[in-house]
Amino acid sequence: MSLLTVEGLTVEFGGARAVRGVSFGVGKGECLAIVGESGSGKSVTARSLVGLSGGRVAADRLEFGGEDLRGLPERAWRRIRGRRIGFVLQDALQALDPLRTVGREVAEPLVVHRTVPRRRIPDRVRRLLEDAGVPDPERRAGQYPHQLSGGLRQRALIASALAAEPELIVADEPTTALDVGTAAQVLDLLAGLRDRGTGVILISHDLSVVARLADRIAVMKDGLLVEQGPAGQVLTAPRAPYTRMLLDAVPSGYAEPVEVGEPVLEARSVSKRYDGRTVVDGVSFELRAGESLGLVGGSGSGKTTLARIALGLVEPDAGTVLLDGEPWSGLPERRRRPRRARIQPVPQDPYGAFDPRYTVGRLLDEASRLSGETATAEDLLRQVGLTGELLDRRPRDLSGGQRQRVAIARALALRPAVLVCDEPTSALDVSVQAGILALLDRLQRERGLALLFISHDLAVVRKVTQRVVELADGRVVASGPTRDWRGDRETIPEPHRI
Amino acid sequence: MIAGVVRRVVGAIAVLLGSGTLAFAALRLIPGDPAATLLGGAPATPEAIARLNDELGLDRPLPVQYATFLGRAARGDLGWSFQYNAPVTEVLGQEIGPTARLTLTACALAAAGATALALLTAGRRVPRAVSGTVELVGSSTPTFWLGIMLLTLAGFRADGIWLPALTLAVPVGAVLAQVLRDGLETALSSPFVLTARTRGVADRRVRRAHALRHALIPALTVLGWTAGSLLAGAVVVESVFARPGVGRVAVEAVMAKDLPVVVGAVLLASVVYVVVNTLVDLAQLLVDPRLREV
Repeated sequence: MSLLTVEGLTVEFGGARAVRGVSFGVGKGECLAIVGESGSGKSVTARSLVGLSGGRVAADRLEFGGEDLRGLPERAWRRIRGRRIGFVLQDALQALDPLRTVGREVAEPLVVHRTVPRRRIPDRVRRLLEDAGVPDPERRAGQYPHQLSGGLRQRALIASALAAEPELIVADEPTTALDVGTAAQVLDLLAGLRDRGTGVILISHDLSVVARLADRIAVMKDGLLVEQGPAGQVLTAPRAPYTRMLLDAVPSGYAEPVEVGEPVLEARSVSKRYDGRTVVDGVSFELRAGESLGLVGGSGSGKTTLARIALGLVEPDAGTVLLDGEPWSGLPERRRRPRRARIQPVPQDPYGAFDPRYTVGRLLDEASRLSGETATAEDLLRQVGLTGELLDRRPRDLSGGQRQRVAIARALALRPAVLVCDEPTSALDVSVQAGILALLDRLQRERGLALLFISHDLAVVRKVTQRVVELADGRVVASGPTRDWRGDRETIPEPHRI
Repeated sequence: MIAGVVRRVVGAIAVLLGSGTLAFAALRLIPGDPAATLLGGAPATPEAIARLNDELGLDRPLPVQYATFLGRAARGDLGWSFQYNAPVTEVLGQEIGPTARLTLTACALAAAGATALALLTAGRRVPRAVSGTVELVGSSTPTFWLGIMLLTLAGFRADGIWLPALTLAVPVGAVLAQVLRDGLETALSSPFVLTARTRGVADRRVRRAHALRHALIPALTVLGWTAGSLLAGAVVVESVFARPGVGRVAVEAVMAKDLPVVVGAVLLASVVYVVVNTLVDLAQLLVDPRLREV
């Protein structure tokens, strides 16, 4: 039986149409996934289902449980939101009010809709948290969102969306901010809901996430539905070329072997403590010229701290780091600075790593001047697959993929031997990610660059790296050739914060 | 949490010690014979100077004098005003009541007005434009001019506290409203507010139960800064409205070169400033749980 029916949905923002005539439906106990890249209109579509798109909504049909939602007054919408349709946003650190306890946040739908007598609310909150897989719910309810790990926060957010027992759950990128293992647990939680008869609409940019859960998949691009059908059919026999492109862009297979040279970066039993907590614990690895080494682990496993130690930005408490076979850690900054060009970072969010007032040309010239590099900014852009047209643009006028390429070009301007890439593609769409990964692979082969590649996406790690070091709680739990690595262990356990 | 409280209180004591030292330095750095300076406008007879030297130990070594000064100030002994022929603490003490009533009323008016204005106008295009203009005018209006205008409008009958308090509240309230609205708008556009709306929470409740607390964080900081601005404003307002108060006494003391009273007023102002800002810091701990752990 159909729970929600949408026909010809259009959402306009001041004349710009973000959603252009979209039709879909969800039944009880069914999961519909809406997949698309940034700007496809998928989030706007999701929000218009609870009357919060912020734009002008029109539709031929917009029915939920037999009720026409078109032109519904605000008061009537409020009776539906949270009560009959639950909504889960991505990144619960920002989606939960940081100044209120987790318990109050979870209880809010109960308070607003008065579905439970006031005195029974605490009891109910505890059960909701427990059902969402939050251990020790009584204590957690009294804590604030920042005291919970990412996975627990996302569970609490889902518990709050479920509080008033809605018939439909809309989840907008509920796993994007989570590492693989935690994401899998959150998806299992949603699957359990679906199996108990709740309708689920899952919004995602990632086809591989959706594959675990969706009964039906709808693919959106530029505000239009380009394809819709049963999950199996869309994933294995897509009809639309765009869907096929998305599927091809999902990283698969292993990196080709390479010829490796001398060791360029070496860590010997490196440790680092913060506030009495050991973040990196006796980690050793070796990175040779021309090879790519993956650094993987759940959130909080010490990957990023290790990357900063490698870059010479954080001093290890114990152990040494060698760059080009010479001491790199424990040096005064004035002796380190001349060699900094040898090891360069590629950031997760290049937008934050650029001066927003600089043009692309100036960003690259600044880097070239530092190294005495003779290549012009235009040459550098060409090396990363861009053209000189971008020289006068500023970071905000670039697309996410272009920005990441410029960040790589800036690193190349210094003629580095090592690139430290910290989640370089996790903020990018899949199709753009494929391009960046291919670029890194080419640079590695053509220039003999060594890559220290940090990622929580196992498919990406397999595609890019020859060897892998897996961390948990700051310690090396596995290392060796990527091909031999038990990559099928999709669940990297997340250390729960106490 | 406890460590945070202790750290802030220790910081406050350090600042007070610093302002006491500066006050002492000001007293001693003024050229001329300190005793004669301290006598201010009073006739500097040799007997008076000798008595003062003896009483204040002005002929003893500087470190001893410094210790004595701090020790006395800590016990609330700020010296003798020759203009009033009374201890400085007594002179100022009598005036604290009226000034406290004035500034606290002004503070309450400013906070209430600013909160109402911000809650009503945040995120609403036309109202926020109107109120933005009003706030700009309000925050840039000189206190003495506003006071005189209000006094004129009221037909020079200003026995009550409301008119002077309003004069004092307008510039402070205007700045506070701007900060509050800015904070509200940031909060209203954040994901947790969207989440609250998806739970069926009404707009009014979203503003009061979620966004307002976030807006309070920057507003509290500004409120601490306003303590200084209110005291400075009190000097002007008390003169314009011919009200008794610390401000007016301080102005008169400056005119009469009654240095002990001037220094006492400065010390009092710094104590108020430090106490208010310490309270603000502690209030921040209450509002923002994320601060409690550092």
